Amino acid sequence: MAEIALRGVRKSYGKTEVVHGVDLDIAAGELVVILGPSGCGKSTLLRMVAGLETITAGQISIGGVVVNRLEPRQRGCAMVFQNYALYPHMTVAENIGYSLKIAGLSRAERRERVGKVAASLGLTEFLERKPGQLSGGQRQRVAMGRAMIREPRVFLYDEPLSNLDARLRVAMRVEIRKLHQRLATTTLFVTHDQVEAMTLADRIVVMNKGVVEQVGTPQDVYNRPESTYVAGFIGAPGLNLLHGIADSDRGVVTLRDGQRLSYDRGRWPEVGHGPVIAGFRAEVVKLAPAGLAGRFDFAEELGAAQLIHATIAGETVVAHVSGATRLNGGEPVSFVVDPAEVQLFDASTGRRLAGENGSAVASAPGARAMVPA
Amino acid sequence: MIERTPILDFMTHVLLVVSFVALLMPMWIVFVAATHDFHTVNQVPMPLMPGSHLFENLAAAWERGNFGRVMVNSLTVALGVTGGKIVIAALSAFSIVYFRYRLRMLMFWLIFITLMLPLEVRIVPTYAVAADALRPFQGMLDFAGFSIDLPEWNLLNSYSGLILPLIATATGTFLYRQFFLTVPDELTEAAKMDGAGPVRFFLEVLMPLSKTNMAALATIMFVWSWNQYLWPLLVVTDHQNYATATMQLQKIVPGPLFGEPPVWNVAMAANLIVMFPPVLVTILLQRWFVRGLIQTDK
Repeated sequence: MAEIALRGVRKSYGKTEVVHGVDLDIAAGELVVILGPSGCGKSTLLRMVAGLETITAGQISIGGVVVNRLEPRQRGCAMVFQNYALYPHMTVAENIGYSLKIAGLSRAERRERVGKVAASLGLTEFLERKPGQLSGGQRQRVAMGRAMIREPRVFLYDEPLSNLDARLRVAMRVEIRKLHQRLATTTLFVTHDQVEAMTLADRIVVMNKGVVEQVGTPQDVYNRPESTYVAGFIGAPGLNLLHGIADSDRGVVTLRDGQRLSYDRGRWPEVGHGPVIAGFRAEVVKLAPAGLAGRFDFAEELGAAQLIHATIAGETVVAHVSGATRLNGGEPVSFVVDPAEVQLFDASTGRRLAGENGSAVASAPGARAMVPA
Repeated sequence: MIERTPILDFMTHVLLVVSFVALLMPMWIVFVAATHDFHTVNQVPMPLMPGSHLFENLAAAWERGNFGRVMVNSLTVALGVTGGKIVIAALSAFSIVYFRYRLRMLMFWLIFITLMLPLEVRIVPTYAVAADALRPFQGMLDFAGFSIDLPEWNLLNSYSGLILPLIATATGTFLYRQFFLTVPDELTEAAKMDGAGPVRFFLEVLMPLSKTNMAALATIMFVWSWNQYLWPLLVVTDHQNYATATMQLQKIVPGPLFGEPPVWNVAMAANLIVMFPPVLVTILLQRWFVRGLIQTDK
């Protein structure tokens, strides 16, 4: 049975609806990341689970109990906030142990449990300090300790890493993952950072404008985006998307300027003639002659590789190319794309086209997909 | 401003020094007058250097003004008013900021506009209430047609009469409201997740956080209530037991009304005595006071 179950959950502020009916099941012990841009309703969803926002319509249950009308403290959730929200006037030990104090545990028992949690987070030497005397990463750990000590059914993280610098963020990400492996507590994690989502999640929930676009494993979401929105959002850079007309007889998509991009007819047998959006990863593009002709715009240096931005048929295409390439703005470039890597989306709805064969999950970028049937 | 403006610098310093002298000169005269004997202080012009009779003047003033008793009265009243104001202000601001109920904004504005109604303006009705605290309720009952007689509850000539009518405070409520608005919502939510109810949150999170705010309010209110003159004068007729220090001062300051000789040295010594507690409180709390008002301390 699902540990957390959301059924048609909606949230409106006055007449504006910000969450438009979300259905979601989260299994016990799973780490699910809700990913989306700011304002997509992901934090609101999390706060509804926590009990900090009322639920306008629908139902949320935790561990089989409908919690719609329960107070936050009765739901068995612990939350880590973006700005940590530590009590500034309490020491680290008091911060971590506050919920136990409220629960009426004895001083000795509190000290013991705080000690244990602090030790597991490497906070033992800071127990007597105030939050103001700690670094960002340490504060983050205190906030995690405060959540852990309650041994909750569910952990809720609301963009906990956004206030940290890049290196610390990577370190804390690893810690959160380790913590989850150790405790195996059901976890709901909200972020706008797709790298965070990809590295942490058992499953990712991609949200956009209050609607769930796709739920799947990081692999799924990366390799088989259900919509052009997910395709563009996941990956750095996102999927290249080109509008065109599909010709199923020849297995090509004719772009706006008449150039042709081949796709794998065996993989997409049910595609008819008509407008589509063709997508492919920047990593599968090769700089080689006799491909799609375009105009070079600029290059982003990544160290080991470059991201070549070019304009093809009036749309921007990015290629991930290893090694140094010297090109000048406006110079012609030619991109070769493996037909097996081309994915197709409905031009009007942006959904992934149906009738796909074999669900070619290319495990690593650049790996050659299946042979046509 | 990191600009070199020697002329402006000079002018501002001149202004500063002049204002400083203007401000402190009367204080100095009070002090000097309190240190001379009866004859020296009545010379024209009065000397501007202190003499050697300070302690005997202080002793005489203490004796004459019954200060042993009235200082205690004043202290009781000032502490009572200050404490009461802080409690009332914090509680009403807590209600206005943290709870959603009907007429909440109306309540806030009702409190706010009492800023424009100081005690002096409403002193007659306030006196009427102090004379019989239950009278407004009696009036309401009568108006509603009930013939129930409430007992008379007289606050005149009592500490509660001196304290209670003074503790409602729009300034304090407003100060606390502004402070509560700066407390991040996440802190409230974290407390909720930790299982703290509103009372616990108020006592264990908000109150410790508002310490500087409290000190600022305490300073202002202590000085204000210590210096109250009109209200004690009205509400106290039993001067032997309930007179406050400021009231007593009026008896020592000589005037034609009493037909006494002008013993300015003793009167000024009494002034020093009455001035001492508020000055002390201000000095002790001023660091906190400034912090509470600028509120950079998070």
